[in-house]
Amino acid sequence: MGNESLSFVFLNALIVNNFVLSLFLGLCPFLGVSGKLNTALPMGIATMLVMLVSSMCAYFINMLLVSFDIEFLRLISYIAVIASAVQLVEMSMKKFSPTLFRALGIFLPLITTNCAILGLALFQTFREYNFLQSLVYSLGAGGGFVIAIVLMASLRERLEFSKVPSVSQGAALTVMLAGLLSLIFMGFAGLGSS
Amino acid sequence: MTTQNNTLPTKNSPKQPEEPLTMDTFLQGIWRENPVFVMLLGMCPVLAVTNSVINALAMGLATTFVLLASGTLVSLLRNFIPKQVRIACYIVIIATFVTIVDYVIQAISLDLYNALGAFIQLIVVNCIILGRAEAYASKHSLPHTLVNASGMGIGFTIALLCLGSVRELLGNGTLLGFTVFGDQFQPWIIMLLPPGGFFVLGCWLLFFNWIRERRESPKAEAIQEIVHGQ
Repeated sequence: MGNESLSFVFLNALIVNNFVLSLFLGLCPFLGVSGKLNTALPMGIATMLVMLVSSMCAYFINMLLVSFDIEFLRLISYIAVIASAVQLVEMSMKKFSPTLFRALGIFLPLITTNCAILGLALFQTFREYNFLQSLVYSLGAGGGFVIAIVLMASLRERLEFSKVPSVSQGAALTVMLAGLLSLIFMGFAGLGSS
Repeated sequence: MTTQNNTLPTKNSPKQPEEPLTMDTFLQGIWRENPVFVMLLGMCPVLAVTNSVINALAMGLATTFVLLASGTLVSLLRNFIPKQVRIACYIVIIATFVTIVDYVIQAISLDLYNALGAFIQLIVVNCIILGRAEAYASKHSLPHTLVNASGMGIGFTIALLCLGSVRELLGNGTLLGFTVFGDQFQPWIIMLLPPGGFFVLGCWLLFFNWIRERRESPKAEAIQEIVHGQ
């Protein structure tokens, strides 16, 4: 599995196997923060940054764990790395863009429990990607998350003004909408295999 | 009798007064605060592994075990864990039990392990477990925590089974591996694919919303009548 070309890895993570819409990772922020476009986009970018940092760290940590033969500690050390990466992004965002920091509020620390990030670290380990492949994979996965959450937020903003039956208000309609988006992304399925 | 009444509260009074252990502590996880259908937590495994009943059941049981075990430890250690680093402590506790579950499932059935894939390890970041540790186990005694966690676990398992049975029945024409429909049945492949997960979950949410509205509407009408009568 370790010899896929970089463009294949990137496209695969970005569209064909989109983390949110076809692997079901990171659904909590996808359903929770996608109410408005101007919070969804920063959220997506913050998640992407955390993905990048934690995937790089996870690569080196895995090398360390394998060399000491203590792979059973993988899960615990990955989680610790992700938590620190989130802290790092939080601190830099507080310094460079305080308005954004305040807009995101509680959702920023919650990135730690976003399964897309741990999933990314685990997948790149299972597939035995090398350093460059891991880097491209994390970029693709982060980009895919941004695409999905921005699409969802734009749809939901328009939905605000439409009349729907009271039974289907809220979560039910959002989930149905996600299903339609996922159906659209399935159309790209042939793209990755060639 | 009077002496008994006087001595009992002082005998087992904890630092903070605790509500008695009722059936509600158990039941709230199953219906009123169902983690999936009401609180919309832990959606990732709910959609990802429910393409067959067996997978759904295994995932539900694994999550229930982690909920119970981590709840027990957090509840026992709740007076020793410093407030500032509590989240990190909870995560390490949860990750430990998830590692155990991961190895146990691998030992019991390799097929199941391959079918569930990375989602066993991803139980660590299931919001239900961390949420219960933070909101319930860290504030309540051991019996309360155990009862509440088992309610939540069963609620989660039921939700997974609801999705898994519908998706397996429509997508494959089988239930638990046994053929239900005859040869004439054309399976709806889409139900096994990712969009099917979203659609089935959406339908269940619609169904529960409908039930809730029906239940509330007589009440609302009664209130209206009273208001108009006055």
